[in-house]
Amino acid sequence: MSAILEFIAGALVLVGAGFVLVSGIGLMRLPDLYTRTHAVSVSDSFGAVLILLGLAFYATDPFGVIKLLTIAVFLLLTGPAAAQALVKAAYSRGVAAEIEAGNGAGRPDDPA
Amino acid sequence: MILSIALGVVLFTMLLALIRAVRGPTVFDRILAVNAFGTQTVLLIAVSGFFTGRPDFLDLAVLYALLSFIGVLAVLRFAKFGELADDVREDG
Repeated sequence: MSAILEFIAGALVLVGAGFVLVSGIGLMRLPDLYTRTHAVSVSDSFGAVLILLGLAFYATDPFGVIKLLTIAVFLLLTGPAAAQALVKAAYSRGVAAEIEAGNGAGRPDDPA
Repeated sequence: MILSIALGVVLFTMLLALIRAVRGPTVFDRILAVNAFGTQTVLLIAVSGFFTGRPDFLDLAVLYALLSFIGVLAVLRFAKFGELADDVREDG
């Protein structure tokens, strides 16, 4: 691989690993289910897509590239979908949010 | 070297997701942590395949990405309705 392609691949993998690390730290440190879901769904999916795109430069045969791109597209589509389903189920079960809007909206039992 | 850094990061994030799966006060925290763990597993297969120079297990990664998504939806359906039957009315 030429030097510039190797640089691009390495940069993609490292930035993706950074996003994944941020999502893991957010999963541990954030105070509430909804904020944790936001951290994981956004950073985890995007970091995974970046890592897989970076790995596609390392692949030697075209099937490897196709498989990596398939996984990346699938994770990009299903990560946010799973997060939305999770939050909808949690909201309808009445899981309370610690961070509310100022007028009390956002709690599962608010009359609005 | 870059792949080893990525591998370490993915393993560390898997550990953090496991800690959240054990600690999480609600069941939805645990579902979220297990979903993240599944995504990290896909990344682990891909990165470690290229790290060892044998990317032959990418088919497993594709399969596991599909299965973990379906699994999360099934567990959510069970957590919301109490059953996995086909004729449960989804009102609300």
